[in-house]
Amino acid sequence: MTEVPPAETPSPEEFATFRQEVRTWLQRNAPTPPAFQLPDSFMEVGKPEQFAFLQAWQRKVYEAGYLGMAWPTEYGGRGRPQAYQRIVDSEMARANVPFMVNVIGLMWAGPVIMQLGTETQKRRYLPKILSGEEIWCQGFSEPEHGSDLAAATTTAVRDGDEYVLNGTKIWTSLGTEAKHMILLARTDPNAGSKYKGLTFFLAPVDVEGVEKRPIQKMTGEYGFNETRFDNARIPADCVLGQVGEGWSVAVTTLMFERGASEGQAGGLAMVPLRVSDVVELARQCRLDGVPAIEDPQVRDRLVGFAIEERAHALNMARARNQALTRDRPFAIMMMNKLTFSEFRRRLSAFAVSLEGANAGRYMGDPHAIEGGEWQRHYMNAFSATIGGGTSEIQRNIIGERLLGLAKG
Amino acid sequence: MTATEESTEIRFGEDLDLLAKSASDVMRDRCTLEAVRASAATDTGYDEALLAQIAELGFLGAALPERYGGAGLPAAALVAMAEPMGRYLYSGPFVASTLAGQLLAYIDDPISQQTYLPQLARGELLASPALYEPDGSYDPLAIVTTASRDAAGLLLSGIKTGVLDAANVGLLLVSALCDGEPAVVAVQRTSLPDGSITRETLIDETRRSYRIVFDDTPAVRIGGDATQGLRFVHQLGALMMAADMSGGTIGSIDLTIDYLQTRTQFGRPIGSYQALKHPMVDIFVASEHGRSLLYHAATVFDGESRASECAVRMAKAHCGSTFTHAADRSIQFHGAIGFTYECHAQLFLRRAQWAEYQFGDTRHHRRNLQALLL
Repeated sequence: MTEVPPAETPSPEEFATFRQEVRTWLQRNAPTPPAFQLPDSFMEVGKPEQFAFLQAWQRKVYEAGYLGMAWPTEYGGRGRPQAYQRIVDSEMARANVPFMVNVIGLMWAGPVIMQLGTETQKRRYLPKILSGEEIWCQGFSEPEHGSDLAAATTTAVRDGDEYVLNGTKIWTSLGTEAKHMILLARTDPNAGSKYKGLTFFLAPVDVEGVEKRPIQKMTGEYGFNETRFDNARIPADCVLGQVGEGWSVAVTTLMFERGASEGQAGGLAMVPLRVSDVVELARQCRLDGVPAIEDPQVRDRLVGFAIEERAHALNMARARNQALTRDRPFAIMMMNKLTFSEFRRRLSAFAVSLEGANAGRYMGDPHAIEGGEWQRHYMNAFSATIGGGTSEIQRNIIGERLLGLAKG
Repeated sequence: MTATEESTEIRFGEDLDLLAKSASDVMRDRCTLEAVRASAATDTGYDEALLAQIAELGFLGAALPERYGGAGLPAAALVAMAEPMGRYLYSGPFVASTLAGQLLAYIDDPISQQTYLPQLARGELLASPALYEPDGSYDPLAIVTTASRDAAGLLLSGIKTGVLDAANVGLLLVSALCDGEPAVVAVQRTSLPDGSITRETLIDETRRSYRIVFDDTPAVRIGGDATQGLRFVHQLGALMMAADMSGGTIGSIDLTIDYLQTRTQFGRPIGSYQALKHPMVDIFVASEHGRSLLYHAATVFDGESRASECAVRMAKAHCGSTFTHAADRSIQFHGAIGFTYECHAQLFLRRAQWAEYQFGDTRHHRRNLQALLL
């Protein structure tokens, strides 16, 4: 990130006081759980009432000063050290409050605008990302180009002060609610290489010629779209970075999305799944007539998950210590997306298994354990092992960039 | 337990960083895999000149109190040294003598400390703890060996196994039951009759451990809280072995990656095949997790608290299973050459298979973590 927060290092007492302040605020202001079911993450916001509820909650958190704490004040942030935001994020997870809805804006569109945007773009977009007033979505994948992102064929043709868009983007989370899309489109089909001739747009998607078709997920929920552009016209000044250099902007964006770069506005991005919750579930469930927590195999697996969860938390602490990451400075950050998403998938599948004969029940069944939430968590976990670059692509990147293994 | 509220402290200041670098430099220069093989072929199993250099650098006294000639660094210093040593498959009485010195420093018997610690800190005296017995229990308090009183003092009887470097040290610190209570007694190795110490044949040819038969052997009791002391040294042993295994994992990964980059089949480097690349990445990720668990355990280690026990058990369990897996895959990924004695991959597999079962294996620590976490 270009904007470095103030160098002042708050004392442990200041942190403790702040943590207490946040904790108290959350106790007083956490919204009452609504009558309808909330989604697992920003990716499964499929109903208007869910969206309205989550948008109001984000605004409240932002207005309390707990979002974008390390972003500069001129762009709506608080200009404080990142450590404050980390405290807020961990307290939000601890308090089990709902997540922020504008995650694409907060976590990757915002940071990339901060890093590469013009002054006008920063002032135009960043404050409304934080407040949640303007929702962002992402137009990278296409029906024929998922992992091979650079092969995108959606075109953007310059016409006066505008670009004319044609093509189809897919898996557009928040596509229905979004006002803007970070969009990768081909401006020069004859550039000679698929990596050249791409341009990165901050495209309005509430314009004519944009058609949004909701896609149902395997859980039965909605939340992402297919977005078709049919001669949709967008202003030419919404290019981010240089025309023709869109691939490098996209890669920078992906680094934020995968948690490999820091600079996110913060806030909770999804329902946190903790080993302690699964331990609690193991106390409630019975397997073969005894509490699951007494099953030796269950106990050993719970310990295994606890060790892994601990390692993730400690990785983040070690990532901040230069001496202990000198050999491969970016290793931990580059691993984040792979390790967190795969952990979430395995943990939730294991949680389902604790329900034994009841594990086959799902949301809607009156006898489903915890309302069938773990079944939904498990299926939704694939959104993160696939979205943002599959685990297999992540392993290629780590193997090639960090370990120096040859490309296949 | 909630993960968000557990400490994630990792302290590793400049002094420890310098120590780790120094250890790493010495090992890279002097402890090549060829040198490791040469040492393994000797009876004592270690390079005396290299040990002298380590002593000269102050490694043997790094975490001993300053008043006894040590540098007074925290236990994390031991991890800072042991991890690079593991990386280069170093062997020698460093671990044994360090554990013995730390045990003496911990149980707080000023006379023994005054007698032994300054010599241990300088490397003029080497020592080893003799803790484990033929039944193979990892419990440092499962003691059958007895120390009985007679007119002249204590007489020790029993059998200890897996005593690291016993034949190469001057002082043995032996756990025994004295009047039915756990005790730690000092035995001069030279006071043992010929034939008392026999070398064990280990899967790791670079390490040395011995079986010792005590038969009315004269011994001197070390004062202080022996029960706590034995728990402390057992936990420190697990921490140092976790460091050794974390280092070993890095060494094994480096060796394997080098092969995956250079060996070609079907006209491509074999590392370009995802069947090899992806498991290699998973091993690397596990190794990175292990390092974070290890440095945290090093930071909070005190040999007593729940936090220390929890962190050390997690580190040993994870670093242990990671190293055994990394070394296992290293053989397979090397193909037929990996199965030969000549290929260095076997050195790592044999080290992993030995170290996994020292100071508690993965199963043991995970089992004990159940009571701490669930």
